[in-house]
Amino acid sequence: MDDNKVSEFLIEKGLFITTIFFIAIILVIIIFIFKEGYPAISKIGFFNFVFGLKWHPSENEFGVLPMIICSIYVTMLALIMAVPLSLLSVIFMTEIAPDRLRQILKPAIETLSGIPSVVYGFFGLTVLVPFIRETFGGTGFSLFTASLILTVMILPTIISVSQDAIRSVPKEYKEASLSLGATDWQTIKNIIVPAALPGIVTAIILGMGRAIGETLAVMMVAGNVAEIPNSIFEPVRTITSNIALEMGYATNVHYQALFASAIILFLTIIMLLIVANYIQNKYKIDIGSI
Amino acid sequence: MNFSKIISPKIAQKIMNVVFIISGAIIILILIFIVGYILFKGIPVINLEFLISNPTNSGKSGGIFPMIVSSLYVTLVAGLIATPLGIGAATYIAEYSKNSRIVGIIRFGSETLASIPSIVFGLFGMVFFVVFLHLGWSILSGGLVLAIMALPTIFQVSEVAISSIPNSYKEGSYGLGATKWQTIYKVILPAAIPGISTGVILGLTRAISEAAAVMYSVGASFQTPISIFDPGRPLPLHLYMLATEGTSLENAYGTATILVILVLIITIVSNYVINRYQNKIMGR
Repeated sequence: MDDNKVSEFLIEKGLFITTIFFIAIILVIIIFIFKEGYPAISKIGFFNFVFGLKWHPSENEFGVLPMIICSIYVTMLALIMAVPLSLLSVIFMTEIAPDRLRQILKPAIETLSGIPSVVYGFFGLTVLVPFIRETFGGTGFSLFTASLILTVMILPTIISVSQDAIRSVPKEYKEASLSLGATDWQTIKNIIVPAALPGIVTAIILGMGRAIGETLAVMMVAGNVAEIPNSIFEPVRTITSNIALEMGYATNVHYQALFASAIILFLTIIMLLIVANYIQNKYKIDIGSI
Repeated sequence: MNFSKIISPKIAQKIMNVVFIISGAIIILILIFIVGYILFKGIPVINLEFLISNPTNSGKSGGIFPMIVSSLYVTLVAGLIATPLGIGAATYIAEYSKNSRIVGIIRFGSETLASIPSIVFGLFGMVFFVVFLHLGWSILSGGLVLAIMALPTIFQVSEVAISSIPNSYKEGSYGLGATKWQTIYKVILPAAIPGISTGVILGLTRAISEAAAVMYSVGASFQTPISIFDPGRPLPLHLYMLATEGTSLENAYGTATILVILVLIITIVSNYVINRYQNKIMGR
């Protein structure tokens, strides 16, 4: 009996240590990224770093604003294309499609999310870039090409999270609306989507996070010019691509500046997560209230 | 809505039905087009020779054997490290922890870990495993980075799986005089295995597909890695290098195809096995 108690105690503590270890990893990541990146911010100056318009490592100019703006453009354009498409197909899957079609769509979306990002990038490089070059002119390496690839890459994220949200709308809401004589579409538009909205917003924020963080797929098709683009067919360089492109040979301040860009990325992602969590908790559907 | 006055609800319904079907169709077409294109271009390149021989001329010709080995090797290392950690933490959070604050912190931590951009993991892997811990450019460094990336997926999916085991299972076990750990080990975990395996597979799929996270920790060697301290060049990294350095488009298609097929096989086989197990345990 006592043996049992001792082993129960040890197992509980062992599992607890595992859990703590899990959190410790995040702290170690934060410490090491900040340790390498902070010197750059203090040397270059926070303002010059974040709002500087010129990134010329060889001339000691480290302004990441063009890359921040490129990242924002690429992400926004991808969201503009991905959000409507994914919401429509989620509603199609959960509310309208017959079972057989549903059974095709679900694995299709799982497969889309499983395809490695480099494969997406490679597809973009060999198919989309020439296509854009021939259709719209320019080199084909552009903001638009990058956001097309990102659109496909964030579809599964937005679809799966918003699908959970739409599924968790209580059946009674839908039934009440239908029994009042509303059509399916009226029910979807006036009842289901508003009720699922917090979850849908969370899905969009998570998709946004994925788009901001994507590196190689974007880098392979974006052209990587570190300037603010004037049109969507001009090349762009995102924050993530910049790190991946230059880390291989960066030294001293340059090296630290790349880590400092990682800090910016890290903080952006944390902020997005906090907002997503806040929305989800604040506007949780209260199922008990019906 | 103004236009609802012009368009009757019935017509609006019909229009929307078409819009919905089109959007569903677009998703399927995107998938078919991408996978179809890669396979169409890549399958002619693949033969036994391509799979079992070493690359020659820095990847321009020859096969991808060392890359396949590297990919499987780093994924194995990642799985061996991340699986026990992920399941352990999930078990603790689902069954032991009574402090909702700790649970909240751990969940947020796991979400954070899941959303950190892969290139940030890449930087971390370089400064921590390669330089600070002196593991060098190696399978071990790469595998450790990938383990961290796979960990949140394994944790999150396993936690849901463990929490969703009906209480009656536990009560039955306690009623027979089993201790808490005996109940977890013999009743809860076996019942949660389908869910846990899904989590492990999703995590490892993420690991095997990753290039940015390992590009500064695993090296880029063309040699087949033998020891865990040897450098390697996993398939996604190889594909990235072939494609961007313009080395060989043909071999790039072949590599992409192998990568896609590998991910498809893992997904299909694991779904099948998990379903079988689930049916067996449910007595169907």
